[in-house]
Amino acid sequence: MLDKIGIAKRIAQEVRDGMYINLGIGIPTLVANYIPSHLNVVLQSENGLLGIGPFPTEDKVDPDLINAGKQTITMMPGSALFSSAESFAMIRGGHVDLTILGAMEVSEQGDIANWKVPGKMVKGMGGAMDLVASAKHIIVAMQHCSKDGASKLLKECTLPITGTRCVKKIVSDLAVLDVLPQGGFKLLERAPGVSVDEIRNATAGKLIVEGEIKEMIL
Amino acid sequence: MINKVVKDANEAVRDIADNAVLMLGGFGLSGIPENCISALLAKGVKGLTCISNNAGVDDFGIGLLLKTRQVKKMISSYVGENAEFERQLLSGELEVELTPQGTLAERIRAGGAGIPAFYTPAGVGTEVAQGKETREFDGKLYLMERWLRADFSIVKAWKGDTAGNLVYRGTARNFNPMMAAAGKITIAEVEELVPLGELDPNNIHTPGIYVQRIFQGKNYEKRIEQRTIRKI
Repeated sequence: MLDKIGIAKRIAQEVRDGMYINLGIGIPTLVANYIPSHLNVVLQSENGLLGIGPFPTEDKVDPDLINAGKQTITMMPGSALFSSAESFAMIRGGHVDLTILGAMEVSEQGDIANWKVPGKMVKGMGGAMDLVASAKHIIVAMQHCSKDGASKLLKECTLPITGTRCVKKIVSDLAVLDVLPQGGFKLLERAPGVSVDEIRNATAGKLIVEGEIKEMIL
Repeated sequence: MINKVVKDANEAVRDIADNAVLMLGGFGLSGIPENCISALLAKGVKGLTCISNNAGVDDFGIGLLLKTRQVKKMISSYVGENAEFERQLLSGELEVELTPQGTLAERIRAGGAGIPAFYTPAGVGTEVAQGKETREFDGKLYLMERWLRADFSIVKAWKGDTAGNLVYRGTARNFNPMMAAAGKITIAEVEELVPLGELDPNNIHTPGIYVQRIFQGKNYEKRIEQRTIRKI
């Protein structure tokens, strides 16, 4: 089973040279720490920056430089700053190659729910609906099951959805799966020490297992 | 050039009346018009509709105006980080219209650019689409969204000149440029007000035509929500 860092490390393996990438809040933000240093990628921040750098040292903290999670950041050499309208124009226009975000539920059709739990305080969708509606490639970082053991990979989402038919790949604490265009979760890799049966039991939606499923290498 | 300089925040917000529709720049607490928020607090205007990506925190930003119950309605994309906001929302004292962030930015941009509606893929098939027209273009569904305009837009810039030309700094730009264009009256507070000719015309972010009043603010706190430091 993977912890949060394990999920971030596995997702980092999906990153390719030359990509422009938007990282969501939480586990997706951690992915930046594990992108191999020989790859040249540019991280986009929805509040108006291409070229997010590492967190600042104490003397470099600047209140005018934050990421989408409102954390203080730095800029890489060659960065560009712009407005929120420009930022979402590049997202909506399909110019961002990869979007990595968290989810509470994903359906076997690729629907995603990650913004609202009925009965709980609604904080808002932020940029999530814009991102999932337009991204060329979406990888979801999530826990396979809730704390009480209920599957979060479902036939249909039970929570209000953020977007339809958009998730292409899932990296959970148990497995790596593709969401097929015709529907269904195709099992690609198992997390260390996790069996195919355990993954099957934890997946409420349609799970497709073909041939031998290898354990992932981190 | 037309001189748009006013003395301070109090003079800038002098004619903002009860029930006004306001746009307030900023993302989180970055790039918010601190001086004008304080002036609105002191003035005590009520029933405000505030269009702003976020709603501040309990004791800073728009959170200050929520605490004094001066806000009737918020149009925002994300309103976490604020306990008083949550209380008023759950008790029905406060109305909230949640809008996807890119849609919010574009609705404001459309308002300033004279485009009454546009189509976006964001929110198709979700609660956000309820009651809105959807239309198919080239095999994909899109949602019609309307423009947003305000009685007063209140923006914060790094530098500005007496003609109202503005330059922002870092990610404090965010919603400010679109809001500047979408207000009937736009008030700009700047950290540094400079004479004409000092700003490079090649590098103006908001042309002065959008700005009606400008002043140099004071005592900027620039509070940080998530101070995150690298361990070396």
